[in-house]
Amino acid sequence: MTAYRKWVGHRCAPRAVAAERGQIRLFAKATGETNPLYTDVQAARARGFRDLIAPPTFLFCLASLSGVADDLAAEMALPAGRILHGEQAFEYGAMIAAGDVIRLDHQVEDIFDKKDGALTFIRTRTDGVNQDGESVGASLATVVVTAP
Amino acid sequence: MNDTAPPEGREKRPAERTWRTGERLAPIAFPAISRHALALYCGGSGDHNPLHTDIDFARSAGQTDVIAHGMLSMAYLGRFLTAHFDPAAIRSFSVRFTAPTRPLDEVTCSGVIEAVSATTDGPRLDLTLEARTETALTVTGRAVVSGAHGLASGA
Repeated sequence: MTAYRKWVGHRCAPRAVAAERGQIRLFAKATGETNPLYTDVQAARARGFRDLIAPPTFLFCLASLSGVADDLAAEMALPAGRILHGEQAFEYGAMIAAGDVIRLDHQVEDIFDKKDGALTFIRTRTDGVNQDGESVGASLATVVVTAP
Repeated sequence: MNDTAPPEGREKRPAERTWRTGERLAPIAFPAISRHALALYCGGSGDHNPLHTDIDFARSAGQTDVIAHGMLSMAYLGRFLTAHFDPAAIRSFSVRFTAPTRPLDEVTCSGVIEAVSATTDGPRLDLTLEARTETALTVTGRAVVSGAHGLASGA
């Protein structure tokens, strides 16, 4: 864990990512989504949304799609085959809709060990703000690195 | 900022029903997770970790086979939430991944209303959530649903 400890508090440079209709449609297909808010623009607008809305876990996807999460993992030299997703949390602000451009602020919140260093937990926080300056919420991801 | 104010022209919402502490929400059973589904989820989610799609990579990393993305099960729990509640009413959603999900597993999502309370922004529900396969409890979680314009999904 000592190798990772220096990364606590590290803030990545902000990165903008578009929430795209095509991506939301592919995510919907991949999850077998049947709710028309995610696939039918007219249905989403009839419910008062700007366009297709993003499903509840999509901010995590945006962090992946932007590359900011992978770039940080590479900078930290996290071992690809020994990382597991341990916990995940979302806080929600304004709804993300297709056409939005989200500014992501990604940082390392905490790093700690369990089981005498056999497991290292790394928690990152990704805050999102849309093109209107509204918070769309945050994604808090805890990954577990297992000792070799 | 309160994002739940309905713009003009928003269609009439369903009549709000009474929520009860201890109520078990109708579970949803998802189809068996095929390897093709994992490939689609890889593309759809932006998580390109080959541990989920490439059996040769998985074996080189000491696994016997690929495993499903934990976030695919969280997405299923998200579908469970939005089947029962207005997506705009979901205020927080958190999970712990407790066991791996493997190809051909069938995930069932369920939830219980642990608390019903009133806030200045309308009713609030605190939920506990679970995702299970035939053999394991794979995800445990919580969510808070609240809002001034009704919580029901209307879907």
